[in-house]
Amino acid sequence: MISLNDILTLLPESFLTVAICALLLLDLFLKPAQRSVTHYLSIVALAVTGWLVLQHFGTPTAFGGMFVRDGIASILKVFVLLTSALVFVYARPYLRDRGLFVGEYYVLCLFAVLGMMLLISAGNLVMVYLGLELLALSSYALVALNRDSPLSSEAALKYFVLGALASGLLLYGMSMIYGATGSLDLVTIHKAAAEGTQRGLLLFGLVFVVVGLAFKFGAAPFHMWLPDVYQGAPTAVTAFIGSAPKLAAFGMAYRLLESGLDGVGGHWQLMLALLAVLSLAIGNIAAIMQSNLKRMLAYSTISHVGFLFLGLVNGQPEGYAAAMFYAISYALTAAVAFGLILLLSRAGFEAEEIDDYKGLGQRAPWYAFLMALTMFSLAGVPPLFGFFGKLLVLKAVAVPGTLWLAIAGAVFAIIGIYYYLRIVKVMYFDDPAEGAAAIVKPADAPMRAVISINALALLVLGVTWGPLYGWCARALGITP
Amino acid sequence: MFANWPWLSLLIWLPILGAIPVLLAGDKRPGAARAIAFGVAVLTFIVSLAMLSGFNHAVADALARSAPDLGLLKNMYLQENVLWIEALNVRYHLGVDGISVALVLLTTFTSVLVIILGWGSVDEKVSQYMAAMLVLEGLMVGVFCALDALLFYVFFEGMLIPMFILIGIWGGARRVYATLKFFIYTFFGSIFMLVGLLYLYFKTGTFELAELAQVSLSAQEQAWLFFAFLIAFAVKVPMWPVHTWLPDAHVEAPTGGSVVLAAIMLKIGGYGFIRFSLPIVPDASTEFAWLVIAMSLIAVVYVGYVALVQEDMKKLIAYSSIAHMGFVTLGIFISLALARGGNANGAAIGIQGAMVQMISHGFISGAMFASVGVLYDRLHTRMIRDYGGVVNPMPRFATFFVLFAMANCGLPGTSGFVGEFWVILAAFQYNPVVGALAAFTLIIGAAYTLWLVKRVIFGDVANDKVAQLQDMNARETFVLATLAVAVLLFGLWPQPLGNLMDAPIAELVKHIVISKGA
Repeated sequence: MISLNDILTLLPESFLTVAICALLLLDLFLKPAQRSVTHYLSIVALAVTGWLVLQHFGTPTAFGGMFVRDGIASILKVFVLLTSALVFVYARPYLRDRGLFVGEYYVLCLFAVLGMMLLISAGNLVMVYLGLELLALSSYALVALNRDSPLSSEAALKYFVLGALASGLLLYGMSMIYGATGSLDLVTIHKAAAEGTQRGLLLFGLVFVVVGLAFKFGAAPFHMWLPDVYQGAPTAVTAFIGSAPKLAAFGMAYRLLESGLDGVGGHWQLMLALLAVLSLAIGNIAAIMQSNLKRMLAYSTISHVGFLFLGLVNGQPEGYAAAMFYAISYALTAAVAFGLILLLSRAGFEAEEIDDYKGLGQRAPWYAFLMALTMFSLAGVPPLFGFFGKLLVLKAVAVPGTLWLAIAGAVFAIIGIYYYLRIVKVMYFDDPAEGAAAIVKPADAPMRAVISINALALLVLGVTWGPLYGWCARALGITP
Repeated sequence: MFANWPWLSLLIWLPILGAIPVLLAGDKRPGAARAIAFGVAVLTFIVSLAMLSGFNHAVADALARSAPDLGLLKNMYLQENVLWIEALNVRYHLGVDGISVALVLLTTFTSVLVIILGWGSVDEKVSQYMAAMLVLEGLMVGVFCALDALLFYVFFEGMLIPMFILIGIWGGARRVYATLKFFIYTFFGSIFMLVGLLYLYFKTGTFELAELAQVSLSAQEQAWLFFAFLIAFAVKVPMWPVHTWLPDAHVEAPTGGSVVLAAIMLKIGGYGFIRFSLPIVPDASTEFAWLVIAMSLIAVVYVGYVALVQEDMKKLIAYSSIAHMGFVTLGIFISLALARGGNANGAAIGIQGAMVQMISHGFISGAMFASVGVLYDRLHTRMIRDYGGVVNPMPRFATFFVLFAMANCGLPGTSGFVGEFWVILAAFQYNPVVGALAAFTLIIGAAYTLWLVKRVIFGDVANDKVAQLQDMNARETFVLATLAVAVLLFGLWPQPLGNLMDAPIAELVKHIVISKGA
């Protein structure tokens, strides 16, 4: 029986659904020249949804526990909506230059956002799967948005095939868990897992669930799709799938592992520890060799996923709060990084090779400065935002028992610093290449303003990250 | 009335925020950028002098009131303590004792000179250069004032960014290699310290240095932490065998960068040993003192020999820096061993010596690099063989250069003598062989420095280019003369420096004697 409470609890999601459908219809009647209306309305829809998320209408759970609305969900949703809106602003000039400025981009992105919100709030395995697939299917289509580009189509196909495989694994694991516990409800599973009935079957399912998760996160050794997709997709799409979904992935991991399978924590913690170290190693080392910036950022994502997993390894609230903070800092930083690639590209010039950034410090000092901030933040140099994410994660594992993970994280952070510095080096210490890339086109005003604020926020949040972490910590029930 | 001012925050943020108008002046108006940067640096120096007077007042006040015993915090004055990150109990906690005051003054003083030096020798992207220098100055002051370990770390690492840029943009031919090496080396060192600090946080729930110094740790924990700190600070000092980044960085850095690097940044390593290793892990530091002492001796003896064969002036001075910094680490760790042996006086002399050596080396190495910069600006070569008989065209320059060279060998009457003498004095009390080895290096020091002087300054005029050299202009003369005054002043009258640092050093010696095994 659907009650009023259920609807109120789901109000942000319901509103977004209605808004998407309305946009889809409206877009049909718009001439290409009026496409900006779709653009601005999408951002308004995201803003209103964000406002609704913060209003806390309704009850903590809805639809018989299918849907959970707690502090974690609210924080993650707010940042999913924020990063998506940022990406929309950054993507517009790029899409327009390439004839990709179509309503589908916005509608697909918004559907993906909806999927993420459902995934973050999932209280039931079915809900997890539904949210995930809504996100994944929209992403496949988005990657293929530029259908005339063979690279883009290839990436989409690869993404689709491997993503489907991952979904299959996840679903298989879920069926095992259902077999072991007799329920799809995460609370019931939690209880059953703690009681230890059907241990063997449960662990069997757990392995598949963790593999499915690792696949979606892009953690090594299940990362093969990620570099190709990041490089092949139009940059406007890479910016989207490279930022907000990391928040959703954290939400999914939290729901499945903590809310659901906490009882067998010792087992998945070891798996995550191995995945984390492997991701840190492969991501950081492979990134060194890349000459394409998008591909380099893809490998850097893999290494950041490794760091994020480090936060989950101990299964402690402090670790979850650190991982959540890390995901937020990563999403905001990645948005700037891809945003700057979008900003510097123009029709016929993708600005995605590292060599394209030669001498940017002379050609466009302000953008070079923003890019340098982003790179130092990703590298984890204080006082930038990214450092404090790393700090919190390292703090979570720098305890007896997992100290080796902290040391591994530190070692790979050192290796990682090299390729971020290389970007700074290319921008500031190399002379501009002759000819084509010498001119930076003037970006459109809203984008310039937003990206500047976004990048400077990395510096400001580096000094005033206390309240944000406090928010994350309180959501996980930590009292300082 | 000034005692309650936030002097330290002012000293940190004035140059950092002052960098903004410098940047706004833009590279197209280098004159304005230079003027603003100079103004900011001078103002910061004046504020630091005012801070010194505020500090002295506070000390006098505290003595009159016989303030309660707060352990290591007892000698920390002008404290500012604000909660920064509530969830982690990180505090924006600043404070200075005599040790920090001396280093803060060295920083602000050197920064003024560096800005003046950059006035003529930097022509490209002037505003960015000046802004980077000012930001660097603020961060370095922050390092010396931070009483919270995480705050210290933020300043400590943040410093790398402007220095990375300084070497990378305005450096010499192999600047990219040098600056990447510099950054990665130092980052490598410090991240293990971060893990160590996080472990300490796990044990204590705080990053306060004074509280970390009180926590009891098992021998094994201390050993791990000791090595975490050792890597961080040994890279910074730099100690043999992790010194290889320094010659590269020095050679490629612009003159101003070299001066800051040698005069201030290297001191942060020695300062770190005094603030972190000794108070937090005294037992492990004692246990492994032999290792550090051995590394220091290798630095003073072996690196001294390496300096002897250098053909590049900057490289020679860089190696000589490593050798001189070896005295600092030697002094610190010999003192620890002496203190544990019950010889508190000897220990105090050792640490005093190390501190005086740091300050004096700040002046001398800064002056040496500035002198090389003067030559480099004229002939654009650093090779010794390209010079010879410089005294003929540049008599004024030669006077100063010879003075600084003498100070570099540790001639009595110059500041170089005082610190080395005290350290050797302490070393003899520890072990005559160590003392003899340390003393022996004075001869090597004299050998490479004097040989450098002979080849560059004296002899026949090497070539036409040297013959046509112009002597120093007023700006260069001013910088070198100021440094010369400082070198002579602290050489003839080191007492004020000693007085400043007596109390905190006595307190430190008292603290490190107590074992903190769990």
